[in-house]
Amino acid sequence: MMTGFVALYIFLITAIAGYEIVARVPVILHTPLMSGSNFVHGIVLVGAMVALAEAHGNLQISVGFVGVVMATSNAVGGYVSTERMLEMFHGKEKK
Amino acid sequence: MGHSLTSFPLQASYFIATLLLVLGLKRMGSPRTARNGIVWAGVGMLLATLVTLAYLPGVWNFTEPASWHRLVLILVALAAGAIPAWWSGRRVPLTEMPQMVAIYNGLGGGAAAAIAAVEIYSGRAYLGSLAFPVIAVTGALIGTVAFGGSIVAFLKLQGWMGSPRISGRHVTNGILSIVVLLLTIANIFPARVPAFGLPVSSLVGVFLVASLILGIIVTLPIGGADMPVVISTYNACIGLAVGFEGFVVQNPAMIIAGTIVGAAGTLLTILMARAMNRSFMNVWFSGFGDVAAVAASGGPARVMNSMDARDAAATMAYSEDIIVVPGYGLAVAQAQHKLWEFVQMLQKRDVKVRFAVHPVAGRMPGHMSVLLAEAGVPYDLIYDLEEINSDFVNSDVSLVIGANDVVNPAARSDKSSPIYGMPILNADQAKQVLVIKRGTGAGFSGIQNELFFGANTHMVFGDAQDVIAKMISGLKEL
Repeated sequence: MMTGFVALYIFLITAIAGYEIVARVPVILHTPLMSGSNFVHGIVLVGAMVALAEAHGNLQISVGFVGVVMATSNAVGGYVSTERMLEMFHGKEKK
Repeated sequence: MGHSLTSFPLQASYFIATLLLVLGLKRMGSPRTARNGIVWAGVGMLLATLVTLAYLPGVWNFTEPASWHRLVLILVALAAGAIPAWWSGRRVPLTEMPQMVAIYNGLGGGAAAAIAAVEIYSGRAYLGSLAFPVIAVTGALIGTVAFGGSIVAFLKLQGWMGSPRISGRHVTNGILSIVVLLLTIANIFPARVPAFGLPVSSLVGVFLVASLILGIIVTLPIGGADMPVVISTYNACIGLAVGFEGFVVQNPAMIIAGTIVGAAGTLLTILMARAMNRSFMNVWFSGFGDVAAVAASGGPARVMNSMDARDAAATMAYSEDIIVVPGYGLAVAQAQHKLWEFVQMLQKRDVKVRFAVHPVAGRMPGHMSVLLAEAGVPYDLIYDLEEINSDFVNSDVSLVIGANDVVNPAARSDKSSPIYGMPILNADQAKQVLVIKRGTGAGFSGIQNELFFGANTHMVFGDAQDVIAKMISGLKEL
């Protein structure tokens, strides 16, 4: 279980790592990186799937269903849009 | 809590998936590795999704009809989310990408809120310590507000919504914030707070709807020009919300990936606001974010966008066609040798670079050509005003170094300007204009230059020699 202070330590160190990751990013990558990080939080999908699997009764199942649909849109849309934005860096690197 | 997600293959897969997501995000921060960064993260996401599906509690019991029913429901939900998102993401033109990012992002916030709602309805959120309902409900609040705001950002960027000035906005915001705060507390302690006489299930619904409305009205007055900062802020918020719900369902991949996006997104938002010459607080609390609209109605906006030398170098490294406009500032700084070194590095990256020399550049006719030749620039790269002026329209970047009056568009258009009628280089017509300049002062003629305030112009302040040296080291790091 990740609770109490262990959770707090994980939170702290992860936050610092996240900060470091973007500390020196050139301006041309701002928008693709925003899109890319949008994709990364699409990981909410795994939680949404578990929530739907464990839901009981129509209300919980309906909310869980909508949750999975939204989370999947986040992950899939996030991937496609980031990949398309980064295409401009592709042509250059082949040369 | 207490989900039966404890088997070794599952946890090991989550570990690898999280590693791929984080390293992928890291790689997306550098132009050289950005493209495979998204692939790494994508593989991580796919792994996490498949392994979660494989280990979902209670859905793989083939003898039980209820299990089958649930599995089909999950697969239908996956398809219902994936197909429209894939289709729209592929189809939408790149210019409309920012609003698509806004909407995909918002949906993630909605999903985080949905997880919280299920955990609250089922009572699981209240089984452990008080920390669980606090985190679950706070995550739902953040996710839903960001969801509402993201919808507004989408509508604004799509051009379907303006920036209405609501009278008494602050009072409305204040009242709604208090209502949402009370509902947040009521959801954390549903057993102790009378909760306006509502059963828990309705209480959650009212709370989520109120949060959604709060997100909408907070975002409404912010101008379209500031939407990238707004979207980035909500992206960070939703990352945090996902991290919070990750704690609630005890899913390590969600905790790490969500929190990292929360932190990275916060810094990214600040960097973005800075690059756009806007302050974070200004965007969120001024209520008059539409710089472009103000500029159009009330004369030219006196705002110069500035850019760091490294960023300017990166921008040029990924351009196709650059025209350099050298001026007196280059001569004064004796930076022509450094400039040529920089240009050669760009040429090695297959960037087409030409020099446009104004007849009076450097204040002595022919002065500039001599300086460039001295530095070793071949003559066939140096163009006269008449030869190159029509090419600026098709160039990606015009790099103006210490030149001012010879690129002042007022000479073309403003009859009241003392330099009206003077032939100028049309540097302002390039897709992007980068200006290396020592300070914000006016030029030799003492008049302000509209070019420096252009929407596609970025100023790189500093001595030409220093700036170009920084650009060279910036290129080496790419």
